[in-house]
Amino acid sequence: MILNIIGTWLAATLTLAIFSFLYKDNPFYKLAEHIYVGVSAGFWVIYVWSFDIKPMLIDRFITTTGVEKWILLIPAILGILMLTRWFPKTAWISRIPLSFTIGIGAGLGVTASIQGFLIPQIGATLLPLTTINNILLVIGVISTIIYFYFSKEFKGTWKFFSRLGIIFIMVAFGASFGYTVMARISLLIGRIYFLLHNFLHIIP
Amino acid sequence: MIRSQLPLIITFFTGMLLIITFFIPHKPFGDLEQRFLIWYSIISGFTVLLGLDSLVRYHLTKLKREFNIHSLILLFSLFLTLILGFYSWFKFKTPFALNSPFMYLYTYVIIPLQATMFALLAFFIASAAYRAFRARTFEATLLLIAATIVMLGRVPIGSYIWKGIAYLISSIFPKIPYEELAKKEIFALISDWIMNVPQNAAKRGIFIGTALGGIAMSIRIILGIERTYITK
Amino acid sequence: MKDIWTKLATIDRRIIYLLVFLVVSLPMIFRMIMPIRVSSEVKMAFSEIDNLKPGSIVMISIDYDAASEPELQPMLIGILRHCFSKDIKVILLGQWALGLPLGEIALNQVAKEYNKRYGEDYVNLGYRPGYTALMVGIGKEIRDFFPTDYKGIPIDSFPFMRKVRNYQQIDILVGLEAGATGDAWVQFAGARFNQKIILGTTGVVAPDMFPYLQAKQIVGLIGGLQGAAEYETLVRKAGSAILGMPAQSFVHLLIIIFIIIGNIGYFILRKRK
Repeated sequence: MILNIIGTWLAATLTLAIFSFLYKDNPFYKLAEHIYVGVSAGFWVIYVWSFDIKPMLIDRFITTTGVEKWILLIPAILGILMLTRWFPKTAWISRIPLSFTIGIGAGLGVTASIQGFLIPQIGATLLPLTTINNILLVIGVISTIIYFYFSKEFKGTWKFFSRLGIIFIMVAFGASFGYTVMARISLLIGRIYFLLHNFLHIIP
Repeated sequence: MIRSQLPLIITFFTGMLLIITFFIPHKPFGDLEQRFLIWYSIISGFTVLLGLDSLVRYHLTKLKREFNIHSLILLFSLFLTLILGFYSWFKFKTPFALNSPFMYLYTYVIIPLQATMFALLAFFIASAAYRAFRARTFEATLLLIAATIVMLGRVPIGSYIWKGIAYLISSIFPKIPYEELAKKEIFALISDWIMNVPQNAAKRGIFIGTALGGIAMSIRIILGIERTYITK
Repeated sequence: MKDIWTKLATIDRRIIYLLVFLVVSLPMIFRMIMPIRVSSEVKMAFSEIDNLKPGSIVMISIDYDAASEPELQPMLIGILRHCFSKDIKVILLGQWALGLPLGEIALNQVAKEYNKRYGEDYVNLGYRPGYTALMVGIGKEIRDFFPTDYKGIPIDSFPFMRKVRNYQQIDILVGLEAGATGDAWVQFAGARFNQKIILGTTGVVAPDMFPYLQAKQIVGLIGGLQGAAEYETLVRKAGSAILGMPAQSFVHLLIIIFIIIGNIGYFILRKRK
């Protein structure tokens, strides 16, 4: 219980230290910032240990038998080779595991973008032009693509569509901005709720 | 040869294997793919450790040059986290048991620090809206109107404001009944329409473009045309 | 001596900060509550879960961290309450390392409310690096990535997990997203394995998800604190989202007033020049 009270005080102090940046940059903010970087770096190490190396390599090495056991050495070695980047002389070795992960990433990316995005999204745009909204959606998609991806000088119909594209894009950016404002304010609400509820007990 | 060609060969082989497996998921491709995916997950964990070295080295050199409280605090909190993490792991079998010291650190240090850093953005965005959001051109005006409608349409106060407007309209034009007009929730309706039609269309257009770009880039990487990742 | 227009066009940023702070705090201190209008995309998400039979399995992915906790944590709590009240089993996992404990905190809290037991009604698998590989890999066999839960207990020691092999046994996947991980769920789990997906996202991410919603690649979208408040309204249990919405409302109004004042000042000063 007492530990929780100390914890809440600590959390409130750190919260206020970060908020103090609003007045101006100051030593308290700097201190909190450095604690944050240090703690999260440490946190990541614990994560890699308890969610990667321990269950995926060590536990598996203990529980499996035969060839499978020794095959596990390959990703273990590749992982360790990644760390050769720490030393300039051996840094080039890290290209080997890196190229493996990049190959996987690229291979997954190609198929996912086509099957998971392009085909369904284009399919969903091929709408019957029976309602105003459908017509607007189709024109909006086409004109946005024209505006963004055809880097030639626009004249006539092209110019009309690219101009239309800007209109759609501006409305979209406006909507995104509205949503972003909403999101940022929500984060502040969360923090002030913490101060009023957990720390000051002003609200239940 | 090994330095430059081997990585290209590995990338080509793994990339192609994943594409082939997508079409032919049977043996031996399917099993090999699954094995590679597990390896990918394992190796990715190690990349996280890469940043750690430069962080520690940077602050250690800084400290060696002259005493510096910030670097000291950073290194201290890093090692404290490690100690508490491994201690919690020994004692609770997982550092993520809610009553472990490691989770104490998470609850009372990481959450407030990270959450407050991002909460600062609320102030900055309010100030930026006041300072930079000017209806200078037709496009900027459009952006501004869309943002305003969405900001009103997505919160409860939008319906109160609309009720006020409806009251005004029906007092000027008594033929329009207030009750029916107030029910319409115009801000929310327009906001929903913006999100579902023009916003949706533009986003789809933009994302189709980026997807095409991404596919082209992935193919270039697999074929070894794009190789900046091995020269850096 | 500055005239009023010049003053309005050049308000000090600290005054703006103070006003924002007050407008957020006061509605909360006075415990204001405002009625929440439920949007169709949140209603869709709710009905999908509501239509599940008891014993169905929902997988929830924690793809956020403390930076977006105020938006996504109430969503998680609302969805967990919904699932547990309908005796739906929950598998929790996470793609954002720094956020995973938030999932554990919420699970513990809501499980107590509904007397649900770990291993019988829910499990927490934890995190693995490399989320794209994981999303494809668990389409084949979940044990290849999660032979054990986050505590290191083999998942086969939990009765309901024994029959879970891949997406086929998962009725709905709920991704709580603060970044691009949601796209990956849709493009990998959704497209490749026909997994039914609901996304709950931060306000920043939500607009980008509408193309998926219209293309029926996702079956529901809960966006931002408002979305969370809508879900709380539907499960009939007010939480921090409903409590926050009046403050949210007034700050939106304040920002709109800032924009108007800024523009009036700008145009009058420009005219004079």
